[in-house]
Formats: sequence, C-alpha cells, structure tokens
Amino acid sequence: MNKENFSTYETAWCPGCGNFAILECLKTALEEMKKDPSQVLVVAGIGQAAKTPQYISANAFCGLHGRALPAAVATKIANEKLTVIVNTGDGDSYGEGGNHFLHNMRRNVDITHFVHDNQIYGLTKGQASPTSMVGMVTGVQTDGNFNEPLNPILLAIAAGAGFVARAFTGRKEHLIEVMKQAIAYKGYAIVDILQPCVSFNKFNTFGWYNKRVYELDENYDCENKTIALAKSMEFGEQIPIGIIYREVKATYHEKNFVLKQGKPLVECETNSEFVGKLIKSYI
Amino acid sequence: MYNLLIGGAAGQGIDTTVAILEKLLKRSGYNVFTVRDFMSRVRGGHNFSLLRFGNEKIYSHSNQLDGIVALDEQTVALHKDQLKEDGLILCDSKLAISDPRAINLGMDAMAKELGNVKASGSIAVGVILKLFGETLSGVEEVLGNVVKPQYLASNFKAVQEGYKAVQERFPHLEGKYGDWMLISGTKAVALGAIAAGLRFYTAYPMSPSTGILEAIAAVADEADVVVEQAEDEIGAINMAIGSSYAGARAMTGTSGGGFSLMVEALGLSGMAEIPLVVIDVQRPGPVTGLPTRTEQSDLKFVISASQGEFPRMVIGLRNSQDAFYQTMRAFNLAEKYQIPVIILSDQYIGDASATVMPFDPTKIKLAEPLKQYADKEEYLRYKYTDSGISPRLIPGQTKHLVIIDSDEHDEKGWITESAEVRTKMVDKRMKKLEGLKRELQEPEFIGSDSFETLIIGWGSTWGPINEAITLLNKGEKAKYAALVFGDFYPLPDRLLQEKAKQAKCIINIEQNATGQLAGLIREKTGIVCSDSILKYDGRQISGEEIADMIQKGEIK
Repeated sequence: MNKENFSTYETAWCPGCGNFAILECLKTALEEMKKDPSQVLVVAGIGQAAKTPQYISANAFCGLHGRALPAAVATKIANEKLTVIVNTGDGDSYGEGGNHFLHNMRRNVDITHFVHDNQIYGLTKGQASPTSMVGMVTGVQTDGNFNEPLNPILLAIAAGAGFVARAFTGRKEHLIEVMKQAIAYKGYAIVDILQPCVSFNKFNTFGWYNKRVYELDENYDCENKTIALAKSMEFGEQIPIGIIYREVKATYHEKNFVLKQGKPLVECETNSEFVGKLIKSYI
Repeated sequence: MYNLLIGGAAGQGIDTTVAILEKLLKRSGYNVFTVRDFMSRVRGGHNFSLLRFGNEKIYSHSNQLDGIVALDEQTVALHKDQLKEDGLILCDSKLAISDPRAINLGMDAMAKELGNVKASGSIAVGVILKLFGETLSGVEEVLGNVVKPQYLASNFKAVQEGYKAVQERFPHLEGKYGDWMLISGTKAVALGAIAAGLRFYTAYPMSPSTGILEAIAAVADEADVVVEQAEDEIGAINMAIGSSYAGARAMTGTSGGGFSLMVEALGLSGMAEIPLVVIDVQRPGPVTGLPTRTEQSDLKFVISASQGEFPRMVIGLRNSQDAFYQTMRAFNLAEKYQIPVIILSDQYIGDASATVMPFDPTKIKLAEPLKQYADKEEYLRYKYTDSGISPRLIPGQTKHLVIIDSDEHDEKGWITESAEVRTKMVDKRMKKLEGLKRELQEPEFIGSDSFETLIIGWGSTWGPINEAITLLNKGEKAKYAALVFGDFYPLPDRLLQEKAKQAKCIINIEQNATGQLAGLIREKTGIVCSDSILKYDGRQISGEEIADMIQKGEIK
C-alpha cells in the first residue's frame, strides 16, 4: 500500500501552503489504516482547506460554507460503515459554522474533523479569522485585530468533545499519527491543525509555529480533564501539540434507539405492515 | 349537519375534550371536520375549536353555530352572535351566563365530587353525546388513547355523569364514515413521509410545523426513522441533504421564518442534485408575525428562494388527503429528478382534522437511486443525459466514488470554471423541468360546467371554496366554478387556459395581501384575475364568507 491509492490531482493552492502537508498526511494515514477509498467520505464547506476533497481519491461532499458538520454527521447517521472525515478551515469551522461546531460535540457522531487552522481567511484574501491573534493588521482590521481569538481546544473540551488534539504541518510524522488516532477514535474527534498561510498570514509563519510547538510526551495525562483544560490554555511562547484530551464516550449510534440495533439506516426498509397499522390507528 | 364551538382559556383542556369528542363522533359514523384557533400562549387568553359533524361531506369550518361549549364567560361573549336562534350554550353554572339558550350545569362541582377537578371537559363530552343522541359505546377505548391511565376511570365516570345530566335534543344522524380515518394535515404529512420510506427527519421546532416533528418522533423507533432536533434550521436542512446524499431518505420541516434560514441550502440540493423534501407550514409573516395563525403568503418566496437558477417543484396541500399522498409523491419526484421538492402547508390545514378515506400507500410509486452501475465507462455523477437526470449512486454502496460539489462542476463532480461546461451544466439541470412538467397535476375543478364566474385558489382554501361553490350554485342557474391548485410550480396551465376562455370573470381567493397565485398565473400565462378576495388577518376564510362577499359584490 502507498498513498497513491488516494491520489493525485493538480491543486489550486499556493506553493508552500500548509494544505499540501495536510493532504499528504491524510492520504498516508488512510493508506496506513488500509481504508478503501470507496468507503471513505471527505466532507468540506467552502474555503482553501475545503478544496481538500477535490484532491483526494475518495467520496466527496463539498457543501456550503460553515455547513460541513451537519452534512457530515448526517452521512454517518445514514451509513455508519463510511469513514467520514471533515477537512475544512478555521473560518468555516469556528466562524460561519460555530453553532454546528458546538452542537455536534453534544451529539458525538463518530466522525473526524480536521481543522486547517491558519489563523486567517485565505480564500477571501486575508481578513481576520476567529483564531487570528490580537494586533493582526489586515485589509479589514486596519487598526489591528482587537477581538480576542477563540480557543478551539479549550472550547471543544468544555463543550464535551471526547477527542481533542492539536497538530502542526511542520511535524508530519506526528500529524499522521494524530490523524490515525483521531480517525480510529469512536466518536467526534477534532484536530486543530496549525498551518501557515504563506500568502496572507505574515505573522504566524512556519518559523513562528516551528519555534513554539512541542510534542506532548507520555508523561502528559490526556485523560484528566482538569489537566487538559489547563493545557488547552497554553498558546503563545509554547504551543503543545498532540492529543490534549481523550475520553471514552457513548456515540450517537450507541445512544439512538434505531441506530443501536446495528443495521445501517441506509439498509433499513419501510415495513408496509407497520404503515398499515399506523393508518388503522386513525380509524 | 351540526356545528359546535368549544372555547375557553389556554390550559383548560379544550384540545383534550375536542380530541375525545371528534373521534367518538367519527366512529359513530359522522363526517367530522375540526379546526383549532389558538393564541401563542400556554395559559390564559381565548382559544377555541370548531367541530362540525354530519352525514354529508364536510370540506371546511363554518362560523354558524348550533352549540357553544363554554369553559369561560369570554367564550360566550365572543361567539354568541354566531349562535343560531335554536342553538345551545353548555356552560358551568358558576359562570354568569343568562342567555335563554344556556344549559347551566354544575360541571366543575361534579368533577370535584369525582375526585378529578380536570374532568369537567369529560362531563361536557357526556352531555354533548346525550344531546346529539349518541350512545356511550367506545368511550372508554377512545378516552384510553387520550388521557393517562390513572385518570381513565374518573374521566369515564365523568362522561357517564354528563350523559345522565341532560335529555336528548337532536336526533342521531346515520352516517357512513365510521370506517374512515380522522386525521389532521400535520399527522397525514408525517404518515405520508413514513409510508414513502423516510429514514431521517430533522427540524428545529417552529409553530405551526412542530407537530410533524413530534408525530414522526412518536413512531420513529418502530418505523426505523432517526429523528434529530437540529441546532437551527440551517443545520436541519444541511443534515437532511447529507443524509439523502448517503442514501437515507430525508426530510425537514419548518415555517416561513425557518425556511428563510434554509434558502442557501435549498440551492445546494438544486446544484448538487441531491433529492430533498422540505415542508413549509405557513403562518402569517413577515418575521415572527402571528405564530399560531394561518396565511398563504410564502408562495412567491418559496418558488424563488435561493440565489441562482435551478429546477424545483412546489406543491400546495389542499386537505388531509393531499397531505398524505402529496408528501409521498414529493419523495418520488425529489428522487426521480434529484431536486428539492417543497410542500406548502399552513396552520389551517396542519391543525384541522378531517374525515378521509383510509390511505392507500400503494397508490404512489417511489423512485429509488441506482443500486449498481453496470456501464463499462467511468462513473460520472453528473453525466450529461437527454433527460438531464444523471445516474445517482450512493457513496459506499458500490466501488464507485460519488463526488458532489456546490461549486459549478464537470460531469465527474470536480470544480470547473469552464464557460462551456458551465453552460452545459445549467442546461442539464434545467432540462429536468421538461420531465417534471409532464408529471404536473392539473388543479381540481369544482362546480358547474356552465359557469360564468371562475374562482381561482390554491392549497388550504380548497375546503372553503368547495363550500362556497355549493352555496353560490344553490337555487338559480349554477354560474360558479373553481380551480383549486395543488401543484403550482411549475404551473400546470392546460385546464386553466381552457376554463379561463369560458369565464366572464375570474376571482382569485387567497390568504395573503398581494394575490400571489394570481401574480404567478399572470406571469406564466397572461391570464388576469379581474377580481380578488384577499384575507390576511390570520384566520381562515369560510365558505359562507366567500359566498357572501361574492353575492354582495365585496370583491376588489
């Protein structure tokens, strides 16, 4: 097996974009996990990151800006056999799609969410994103961004996500490993992937991230929520990467009466006798 | 035919009383029609239901009353002018009602004696049954479906006490509807969706559409349906589209405000060619409007909602029968043409219960996505075809990849900016309209073939228009007929063209302020409705009101 199974298309990304590393690592992770492309679905909203499904050989759902999550969770509800992966950006995930982000953590549908977090809006050419740092000057935030950045890791743990991780495109081996664990995790898994935007984010550069990130080691207890919450607030001179929080939780499929019977919804058929019984109940 | 009004404050148990009574009267053989008029509050205010029953066909409500069951004084004050001279008022003796038509009974005191102060409504049920010459057979069973088991005995006793308290006043009329169904538009939509193979229903609660969500949820576990309450209507419609893409038949429902949030995703269904059924149960807008009342003002909105151009189908529901069969048909058309199909209902149709022939789900054929792709050639999700319909595979069900995109895309589903592909793809999608037009159902023609005046309506005014035509054609030469549209987008125009030629005058009757159907008809056919009856006070027009206005020339 090699990642060519999931390859390869000409992309529309800028040379040097962090998206290349994410795409390459995703293909490798899927290959190493021996996934069959026809059983993999990559879902995206709109944005530079959201072009990912177009560049990988798998089923693809390129929907609306901010709406990747509701579409993705429903595909998994419809067919639990699919490996459903959302690849989309920080604006898509935390800005336009913020409400879905919050509520899908409560659902805990078994999907994987890779957020390509470059702390800037790329497709619309360089405005502040929900994760942009204070002080960043853009064509819109002309006096510097003064809205505080959202902390997706802290938010995800607080909102009840059972698998919360951060990775960096400059540490590919580590990223692949985190991706594999996220995909294997039973439930909603989010990985906030730090990714430089070479065209529009001149502040959070490859070097900026590279100097700050450090990998969490085996001494870190990712199953302790209090420790994880404290760790999630570390973002500045030191940026931890790896699995920040992990917890075994009942998935949506284990909680829903119909789905926990074990038969994929797509294979269920309507029982005409039952329909007849319903009709009779109105007589 | 008899017509009763049961009124009181919210929380006094009007709904329960009516639910018991309507079912018993239907089982006794009557044709029943009940409408609910309620305020947007949980306690207090003034709510009422109109319950009409008889052994002839009943199409809608009437405001001329044979009886008032008053749970408070306000009910009498507000409605006694509608009561016929020989009508009756049933009320508690503690209410200060001095009308000579009043039957003052100590119902609350009787209920207290029975040890269940909430059983006054059941005493009223017993009184009504006796007054109209009914028996007590089946009462216990029907009560059992409505009240909690621990209150069954006291409520049954209450019905018996009420029954004993009065003398028979009206003769029992022998009806033939005992084996028919009694169902509201809301429940018929839910039933139609389940019969059509619904697997996933998702919605955000919004009056007056919430009943569909609840009706499906009530049977979801048995019906193999997943019901998910969405975080908002945007989430709901995107979930429905995701589910449909992955092969589980999906639907979402809302009212106009929620539909406003859904419009972008409606275009996704059109662009990505993913079957979708959406129901908009209309209420008066704009914005919050009158949350629990009725209107038909979303027609022009839903036929053009979402940017850009794509084929869609819009069906208006005229009655409970439509609610079932048209919902099933909506799933078929959505799948067959891979388009969004919008069902337009309203509070009146949704909440009204009517007696209908038992539904037969086998009457509607249902299209299915492809199970496999036999072609030797590469699978193309958006393959150009003569009909504009491309073979739809479900991801994960075959070895082929299913690629969909909200961007303009090529046959494979990949983003393109090619001018040539763009034009071909728009043409391909719009071509589906040709097939869709062959599926259209002509409006229902009601009335006299030798008409001079043609009434035009759509959706829920079907019942009132039906009754109005009967009233107008009574006695003298029958000069009136009507066309009531169910399908209206695309607009079926064969019958309209034919009847318009014969008409000396065309009157559109709509529950909106601007005559939206008349506008659509004029746009598509050039046919002009010379006069209008437009009502937008949130209350459904009645057959009598229509007939009266036409006879008095009160048309614009």
